Amino acid sequence: MDFQLSPKEEAFRDEVRSFLDENLLPEGERADDFVGTWFQKIREKRWVGFSWPREVGGGGGSIMEQVILKDEMAQRKAPPLGSCFMGLAWVGPAIIQYGTDEQKQRFVPEILDGTYHWCTGYSEPDSGSDLASLKCRCEREGDEYVINGQKIWTSIAMWSKWMILLVRTQTAVLTKHDGITCLLVPMDTKGIDVRPIRNMSGGAMFAEVFFDDVRVPVENRLGEEGQGWQVTISALASERSSIAEVHGLIRRIAEIGDLARRKVKNGRPAIEAPSIRRRILEAETQIEAMRLNGMRFLTKQLKGEPLGSETSVNKLLRAKLEVDLGELALEILGSDAAVRKGEGTLDGGRWQDLSLNWPDVVIGGGTPNIQKNIIAERILGLPKD
Amino acid sequence: MNFGFTEEQELLRGEARKFLDQHAPIANVRKWVETPEGFSRELWAQMAELGWTGLLVPEEHGGVGLDLVTLLVVLEETGRTLCPSPLISNSLAARAIALCGSPLQQARWLPELAQGTKIGTLAHLEVGDGLGVDHVRLEARETDGGLRLDGAKCAVADAPAADLFVVSYRAPGGAIGLGLVERGAAGVEVESFEALDPSKSIGALRLDGVVLGSDAVLASADAGETLEALLEIGAALVTAEGVGAAEGALAITVQFANEREQFGKPIGTYQGVKHPLAEMFVDIESIKSLAYYAAWALDEGADDASVAVSRAKAYASCALPKLGIDCVQLHGGVGYTWEYDIQLYLKRTKWLRPSFGDADYHYERLAALGDA
Repeated sequence: MDFQLSPKEEAFRDEVRSFLDENLLPEGERADDFVGTWFQKIREKRWVGFSWPREVGGGGGSIMEQVILKDEMAQRKAPPLGSCFMGLAWVGPAIIQYGTDEQKQRFVPEILDGTYHWCTGYSEPDSGSDLASLKCRCEREGDEYVINGQKIWTSIAMWSKWMILLVRTQTAVLTKHDGITCLLVPMDTKGIDVRPIRNMSGGAMFAEVFFDDVRVPVENRLGEEGQGWQVTISALASERSSIAEVHGLIRRIAEIGDLARRKVKNGRPAIEAPSIRRRILEAETQIEAMRLNGMRFLTKQLKGEPLGSETSVNKLLRAKLEVDLGELALEILGSDAAVRKGEGTLDGGRWQDLSLNWPDVVIGGGTPNIQKNIIAERILGLPKD
Repeated sequence: MNFGFTEEQELLRGEARKFLDQHAPIANVRKWVETPEGFSRELWAQMAELGWTGLLVPEEHGGVGLDLVTLLVVLEETGRTLCPSPLISNSLAARAIALCGSPLQQARWLPELAQGTKIGTLAHLEVGDGLGVDHVRLEARETDGGLRLDGAKCAVADAPAADLFVVSYRAPGGAIGLGLVERGAAGVEVESFEALDPSKSIGALRLDGVVLGSDAVLASADAGETLEALLEIGAALVTAEGVGAAEGALAITVQFANEREQFGKPIGTYQGVKHPLAEMFVDIESIKSLAYYAAWALDEGADDASVAVSRAKAYASCALPKLGIDCVQLHGGVGYTWEYDIQLYLKRTKWLRPSFGDADYHYERLAALGDA
């Protein structure tokens, strides 16, 4: 075991640190144009799409350099590494791997520049956890595909210019994973109707999207017809070892500890109640386990071993923590927890909001039950149900 | 950056697993635990030949001179088959002498502990249940020829077979001391108890006018710190052994879930069975990560070593007993029988909980370490 960075990696870390020293302003001191300038600067450093090959405009960073970059950025609460979240996370990687030269030249630079948003049309009302059962109909007519059907839980659909869409081009197939095709669809195409869904915390981040005779040219297909599952799932599987995500949780439990010192409950600071203290320490311990799990998975990656379903371990831990931390904060608030916005609400109701926002992370990208199925079936070798 | 084992450690793991599968299958374990000493002297001698008993002992004293991370690899494997042996206790006694024994004491004891011809253990707990260093109450009084001890140490792991006890006491003036007490010496009585886990042995050490000569007193300065270090090492080692046992329990239960059919399907098909097994996997991976890091931090003397140890043991002390219970429950009625092995694993997880501090102890310790 050895937690040292190599001299080259240390040099890279120092480069990132001095960049942050020079360019990152504390959260309170950032002007309106701060984030825009920030994106330009990290784009010039090729830190947007840092893992992508240099020939498509990426940074060609090694696995360890990617980790260092994300780690340093997260520790300093820097803005994200690029503004086109889904484009960078999975649309871009899928286009780089399966796209035609025209598609790469057209879309990759715009994803890196964050010219506009992408959204993801995968889930359907009857195809959530069982995504491959999707039914959104698509027929080919000459040089066009004609789409009829519905998608749901489509995050930021109302603000996106393009959608990566999974449709069914063939119904008579041997397995449900066949006959699915991936299309790149402009959101202003005639026949697309976006209806935002209000979530339980009152906001609307995702939408239903309806397709009524939507026509898309054949050249907008990504990969071969019927191969859409492989095209998209390989990109989803490129998720990393979750090290950077841990920093958000580390920060949050520190803030909850601080809350427990500030908040007086039953006549004394909440932190002095052994049951509160224990829950904070339990959460800290679980977060540390998650951080160290990530380091072990990273070690596997660095040795060139493929990362299998182990990442589900940290997804499950994270899901549990997202829920638990919200509950813990409310427990600390005591009677005050009932007032979401009003007199005496601590921190502007942030903790109440937090306790309602967890489904974003916990349900999006695979529910805890699906993660448990993945572990049980793919790692432990139990029969599929 | 490498949070994994070296090639040598991986080879050692493979060798250990092969050796234990061959020589210490659970059928043998069941026989050994019925004997008065609770383990096989023959197997112990073989473990010594493999170098396991002397892993931590420096080479100049006949040991292998390796680190806790390497010992952890062996313990994960002995845990997997619930192999009974005084390996942890013996390693702790040897570490105590290596840390603060005089050259003469080291030359006298380390070669024999390394070779397994003498078995050592730590005798620290007393009636009243205080694991912390501050709770030592056994008083040593100045007398002709040395320090006189009158009292008892309880819940002494591997007492029934131990030849040498590293005993914690209060020296005149109140400082913590550590002394070497030999079985058979005048005034020494060893009692055997029935352990909650039959694959572990436990007992009491009664001291009636036992006199520690200067050759039996371990270096007096900072014995409290040494004791604290030994308790941390003990916590890291039992966690490693415990997580090995948990992997064994999970493997047995997964196999059962694949074979046992109800309602026309293997029960492992049902999510009510599958999901708890997946949760066990998450806990096992997490405890491994915490325990590996703790062992590494202790080896390196890292600043966060104490925190790392308490996190590992606290997590394990909560999660592993639950895992043992769930494994028995998933077996249904047969899990409750003497005949099925899963009950032995359940008992190991219950034994692990208090060993070198339960979750309550370690979470409170973390709170104290955080305030400091």
